[in-house]
Amino acid sequence: MPTRYSIFSLLRNALGYHQDWPEAWRSPEPKPSYEVVIVGGGGHGLATAYYLAKEHGITDVAVIERGWLGGGNTGRNTTVVRSNYLWDESAALYEFALKLWEGLSQELNFNVMFSQRGVLNLAHNQHDLRELSRRINANRLNGVDSEFLGPAQIKQLVPLIDLRAGGRYPVLGGSLQRRGGTARHDAVAWGYARGADARGVDIIQECPVTGFRIEAGRVTGVETGKGFIGAKKVAIAVAGHSSVMAELAGFRMPVTSVPLQALVSEPVKPALDTVVMSNAVHAYISQSNKGEFVIGAGADKYVGYAQRGSLPVTEETLAAVCELFPSLRRMRMMRQWGGIVDTCPDASPILGKTPVGGLYMNCGWGTGGFKSTPGSGWVYAHTVAHDEPHELNAPFTLDRFRTGYLIDEHGAAAVAH
Amino acid sequence: MLLIPCPYCGPRSEEEFSYGNEAHIARPKAPEKLSDAEWAEYLFMRSNTKGVFLERWMHAQGCRRWFNVARDTVSYEILAVYEMGKKPPKLKMSTKV
Repeated sequence: MPTRYSIFSLLRNALGYHQDWPEAWRSPEPKPSYEVVIVGGGGHGLATAYYLAKEHGITDVAVIERGWLGGGNTGRNTTVVRSNYLWDESAALYEFALKLWEGLSQELNFNVMFSQRGVLNLAHNQHDLRELSRRINANRLNGVDSEFLGPAQIKQLVPLIDLRAGGRYPVLGGSLQRRGGTARHDAVAWGYARGADARGVDIIQECPVTGFRIEAGRVTGVETGKGFIGAKKVAIAVAGHSSVMAELAGFRMPVTSVPLQALVSEPVKPALDTVVMSNAVHAYISQSNKGEFVIGAGADKYVGYAQRGSLPVTEETLAAVCELFPSLRRMRMMRQWGGIVDTCPDASPILGKTPVGGLYMNCGWGTGGFKSTPGSGWVYAHTVAHDEPHELNAPFTLDRFRTGYLIDEHGAAAVAH
Repeated sequence: MLLIPCPYCGPRSEEEFSYGNEAHIARPKAPEKLSDAEWAEYLFMRSNTKGVFLERWMHAQGCRRWFNVARDTVSYEILAVYEMGKKPPKLKMSTKV
């Protein structure tokens, strides 16, 4: 059991010049077989491992990661957490996740720096305004906090924003989810990894999965860079590479992988204490605890697996940000990168069984995977443990593309995907 | 950023083009006979290849004509451009893991 992090352990270790902190998780060699192998050591995979061990008592679990923990989309997102989705199924799932977020630092004994600073979505025209009002009403009916703000209230909340008339993107109103906010994305992966490891889960990094062994329609293990690892059940949580994994397992997915871009500026003094998102221009911005402005841009329109975005997308987003926040025009951007997001035709995730027995898929979160991390892990662990979906992820099947029961969150989910 | 060689106008910036995703998806000849699973395959299932991918582009701000492109989705190298209705050129079509 690793050291419990507290003021006392901090003081004790300070006396030893912080030389004696134990490792937060082990780096074991893989065993020949496990009950459950989770492919993908991002937030979703690690959260699944954690809840499998904690809620379902399944500790004979390995998490296999191609690179390093949280090095994919977990470390590449813009850290926004919210649950103001339009449809009942999505609202239930994301709101469940948000409630887990609210107690996550205590739960994991790891500070994930969840900051409920509020998430503001802007409306720039009459259509935006009507869609936004509809979504606010839908949110409130589902018990998700959501309120309408007029331009004057927005200016009061976000003094940095330029609301003088005549701008390229006039602000007619906005929706505010006060319980939304940001979290430290790496800490989420690390916290879940530490918690899972303490309960006996093996976390194996730098170990790519190169194939699945399937006998009589049932998975029996995975071929990896460190040899074959047997498993009764295999749970995939690899975001952008979901189609690649599905192809290895012999079935097809309805997802498209595109690079979603983000940028951070040089650090400056606190100037923006809310997350501001604009649906119409697909730009969102918040200020990190380090003082950097974190800017989320759009995705490339074409299939891509390179973890970088193309410049026209950056330019468009920055133009919109400069228009809304003219005082940021002289800011310099320090870093720009892309994460490969797997988008579904209906912009909702796929979370459940696959055509192969004992093989499960968690993908299709598109641009909204980070915020759902705890909820996704919770319901995915339930699905794997019981071989049946949790009631929250029951609508999010792969089969919905056959039945037509789509959960169309395109544009409805407060941002355009 | 891509420099896409339009077969009719020559090389232009990706901003001038709109994207049509996967190429060579044939519209069902007898749609009334398709099962739900076959409809799902036609409407939603995509190769989403990591590696050489055959896709459609349209030169929206130029000749407004559609054409096919074979592009590596990791290096973004454009390996071939060919007209609609033509068969893809012979390329090494491996999927990367």
